[in-house]
Amino acid sequence: MSNKTKLWILAGIAVLLAVVFMTIEAGGHWDYILPRRGRKLIAILLTGTAIAFSTVVFQTITNNRILTPSIIGLDSLYMLLQTVIVFLIGGTALTMMSKNLRFVLAVGLMVVFAMLLYRMLFRREGRNIYHLLLIGLIFGTFFSSVTSFLQKLIDPNEFLVIQDKMFASFNNVNSDLLWLSLVGVMLVALYFARFTKYLDVLALGRDHAVNLGISYEYVVKRMLIVVAVLISISTALVGPITFLGLLVANVSYQFLNTYRHKTLILGASLVSFIALTGGQLIIERVFTFSTSLSVIINFIGGVYFIYLLLKENKSW
Amino acid sequence: MVKVRGVSKQYGGKKVVDNVSLEIAKGKITSFIGPNGAGKSTLMSMISRLIAKDEGEVLIEDREIGQWKSGELAKKISILKQSNHINIRLTVRDLVNFGRFPYSQGRLNKEDEAYVDEAIRYMHLETMQNKFLDELSGGQKQRAFIAMVIAQNTEYVLLDEPLNNLDMNHSVQIMKVLRRLVDELGKTVVLVIHDINFASCYSDYIVALKDGKVVKEGTTDEIIEPSVLREVYDMEIPVQEIGGNKICVYFA
Repeated sequence: MSNKTKLWILAGIAVLLAVVFMTIEAGGHWDYILPRRGRKLIAILLTGTAIAFSTVVFQTITNNRILTPSIIGLDSLYMLLQTVIVFLIGGTALTMMSKNLRFVLAVGLMVVFAMLLYRMLFRREGRNIYHLLLIGLIFGTFFSSVTSFLQKLIDPNEFLVIQDKMFASFNNVNSDLLWLSLVGVMLVALYFARFTKYLDVLALGRDHAVNLGISYEYVVKRMLIVVAVLISISTALVGPITFLGLLVANVSYQFLNTYRHKTLILGASLVSFIALTGGQLIIERVFTFSTSLSVIINFIGGVYFIYLLLKENKSW
Repeated sequence: MVKVRGVSKQYGGKKVVDNVSLEIAKGKITSFIGPNGAGKSTLMSMISRLIAKDEGEVLIEDREIGQWKSGELAKKISILKQSNHINIRLTVRDLVNFGRFPYSQGRLNKEDEAYVDEAIRYMHLETMQNKFLDELSGGQKQRAFIAMVIAQNTEYVLLDEPLNNLDMNHSVQIMKVLRRLVDELGKTVVLVIHDINFASCYSDYIVALKDGKVVKEGTTDEIIEPSVLREVYDMEIPVQEIGGNKICVYFA
């Protein structure tokens, strides 16, 4: 089966699930149900794409299949930045400030941090992914601890402002940011287009990429910015889903069996959309909202993560 | 012409390469030899811009490597390191195709295909060109990587221990191919090599390094001499002439 056929099959499943998701048990209240479910579906599409996209890019530039932006704590960082913004600006100024502006501000800070990350992770020679993994896990925990510490200090009234952001999920989509995020993801994809071919080469590793004439520093820095923006978008919309990226990226590597990033990213985004829409359908119809999608995704993804770690451990 | 002028590199306060200057002759095979930790690989990585140098300059066609556009440099000089672990699944042909990236940016035209075919033929990989790299033996894999570098068709070819982990037969095959690259296609080949007998039999020039410094450089005849080798390796290495080649007998 060619990769084209596989992508069409994935697209078919995705469309089918989307239709089911929109129409199931509608009970005729279309004007109420369609916009509500539509918003959710767009959020799923955006988050799924953003996470799959950023994970594949990140794994290629770090040359590994275990680390993802979420696992090294980028989504915890986004939460921390949001909290810090609320904490520092606070009070009346905050009510004047739109959610969109705060979002843009946090994204800007994420980009700054991505550059720091570059210095830490890529400038040093002889890095090793277990080292990165360790640093990432420590940072992730550190970020979430600082976040919750700051939240304890924040005035309860101000806390309400970030609370909805902290507990965003697929059942509580941050829909104010939906359109801005949509534009954001599209701009990133557009910007990314001319880098696709470089990523194919970067997958060979740094030395080969440099040998083949890639300006390594230039490309990797820009790719980290892409990753930072995409992670901000997905976290802002539905909150952190740590292991989704790991799951969908690896499933698509296995399924598509190519090194071409155009195909890989498209495939991973479709797998991601299918997993989220399908998962959400099960949550809503089978579990009747008694659990949340991130719990299930993290459970499956976490088990898979341990499996990957054990497997890699053997081969090295 | 590649000129290296006063190049140094330190790691953690220790100078791995210390103020090295040398010139690499065009259209010849030059081998870097020396004990472990002499800085051979580091020097080669700096010449090919894989790692940044702390001091000095490397001139390729009289232009500092920092002044070159990376994409242009990739058409001039290529490097293959000794460990080539790739964690994506590629066929031999996919890999060799990558060698054309500097010219085609991933979209191969007829001319690129011809170069790829040629490189595959050169390394005798025709029958296994559609096999995946992880199905190949170490020697076959090494040949596939060398084929990629050949497809890259650069004037200068730098190879860091290309014989690493290869048996005698494959080692000889590869050295013969390198010799042909130089004699037939006029390439300039630079090698880091551990087996001084391979260096002796196949290279035109030898640069002997020790503790990050050049001990001596010259033609193969000048370097493969007990007095020079003693200084480099700190051991007695008798040299005998067998079949017109100088062979070092250091095993017992």
